[in-house]
Amino acid sequence: MSEDGGVVGSDVGKGFQSLSSFGTGGLRTRLEILAIIATAVIVIGGMELALRIFEVPLYILPPPSAIVSALITDFPLILPHLGHTLVVLFSGFAIGAGVGMVLAAVITQFPFAEKIIAPYVLILVTTPMLALVPLLILRFGFGYEPRIIAVALASGPMVMINSATGFRRVDSQKIALARSYGASTLQIFWKVRAPMALPMILVGLMIGAIFGLLTAVGAEMVGGGFGLGNRLTTYSSMIQMPQFFGVVLLLSTLGILIYVIFFFIGKKWASWEA
Amino acid sequence: MGEYAAQAKLAVRNAGMRYGDRVALENCSFDVAPNTIVSIVGPSGCGKTTLLWAMSGLHNLTDGQILLDGKPITGPHPDIGLVFQDANLLPWRNLMDNILFPFEIKGQTPDRDWIEHLMERVQLTGFERNFPRELSGGMQQRAAIVRALSLRPSVLLMDEPFGALDAFTRDEMNKLVEEIWMETHTTIVFITHSIEEALFLSDRVVVLSPRPGRVQSEYEIPFERPRTMEIMAGKEAYDLTYRIKGDIYGHQAKKLAEAKG
Repeated sequence: MSEDGGVVGSDVGKGFQSLSSFGTGGLRTRLEILAIIATAVIVIGGMELALRIFEVPLYILPPPSAIVSALITDFPLILPHLGHTLVVLFSGFAIGAGVGMVLAAVITQFPFAEKIIAPYVLILVTTPMLALVPLLILRFGFGYEPRIIAVALASGPMVMINSATGFRRVDSQKIALARSYGASTLQIFWKVRAPMALPMILVGLMIGAIFGLLTAVGAEMVGGGFGLGNRLTTYSSMIQMPQFFGVVLLLSTLGILIYVIFFFIGKKWASWEA
Repeated sequence: MGEYAAQAKLAVRNAGMRYGDRVALENCSFDVAPNTIVSIVGPSGCGKTTLLWAMSGLHNLTDGQILLDGKPITGPHPDIGLVFQDANLLPWRNLMDNILFPFEIKGQTPDRDWIEHLMERVQLTGFERNFPRELSGGMQQRAAIVRALSLRPSVLLMDEPFGALDAFTRDEMNKLVEEIWMETHTTIVFITHSIEEALFLSDRVVVLSPRPGRVQSEYEIPFERPRTMEIMAGKEAYDLTYRIKGDIYGHQAKKLAEAKG
């Protein structure tokens, strides 16, 4: 995972392979794990040491130990905000991903229509949906709705564009095979097209979920009194840097969790492509 | 059914295929007798594959028709099995799930004993849970043959099935097709550009001319089965090879063959 962490969008297959090399128990893998742990100790320990030796003030950059202890002590206060963020993320992502996948499946059946709507999809993909949040807040208030809409708008197009790439990978031989047994259009979709598109759909879902997380936190920073994004603005305005970085740490963990979850789903259901 | 049926299993009648201005196949007519193997040979682009796909019902001819047991083929038919150029297995399914794919599509209960028997016949027993990418090209193509035969079709169409395999594997596969035929007597139409392969397998070889594809000549292959190395290396086989090559590569070679005897 470490070596492929940066290339989220390029090739799931390779990513799957590199993580599956974990836990094979060989001498080399054990050595690798040892090196990974050693690097982590040196980086985190070195940071701790350097920050303490040079007496960097807490409000500029707190040492890792202070961040972790702040996160632990303030966790009961942060937990409800984490819950809010997760609700926003899950509902927005579910709506966006669902619509994105269905649209991709439908639109790829009509190459002509696909060409016409392509520029609009591109606009949706490239425009930061955060830009719409102030407008959405005006219309829907400070509750969940504007945030969920923003997350759906951010993740949906990502899921759609990748799923469409998957659905476009038509293998005429495999479709001919299904047709030779008298398969219906629906059967061809579920038994040939969809499985063939699955690896790309999973890439789309992963990128979409990570975009969703970014947008959820961003939207919470714009307005409203809850969510991890709101904690970030609050803690920084009160110069509570250990707590601030504690929330940042929590967000990184969420991001990594998203990656790992899709990684294992991919390993289970899309490893045939590796 | 016991007596020899006078009617052709497959009858190709003035078959023609046009793609716009391009004529791929023109006025092709020949018969495939029941329980025989017929090979179609010819240079690349002579419309062999076009013809086979028309037989499978996946493509419609623009002219003429193909009759199965006297009835025109209008679409995919349960009595016709198809083996593709590459094994064409679904990479996300293991071997057994690939073989069960036709039954899933048709909503039929698979005949497990028959499938098990076929798997044993092609020496794939024990590989049911393996994924295609874990197997060699020959093994994949064997699985594809099992898949095609699993529904007990009365006609098996094979479209250059061993073209991508190495020479040794190809010989083994030919032997296997012969064995399967001797057991099932399934009518087989076999597309190939290997004359050696055509002679080894067939009761009859149909030679198509280059674009547009027409039936140039037909040969009866009289050898007994199983066909041994001695038969295939004999004078008769040599002469047949020479004449078929003559048909394909031009009239000069053909004249030479006739002059020789």
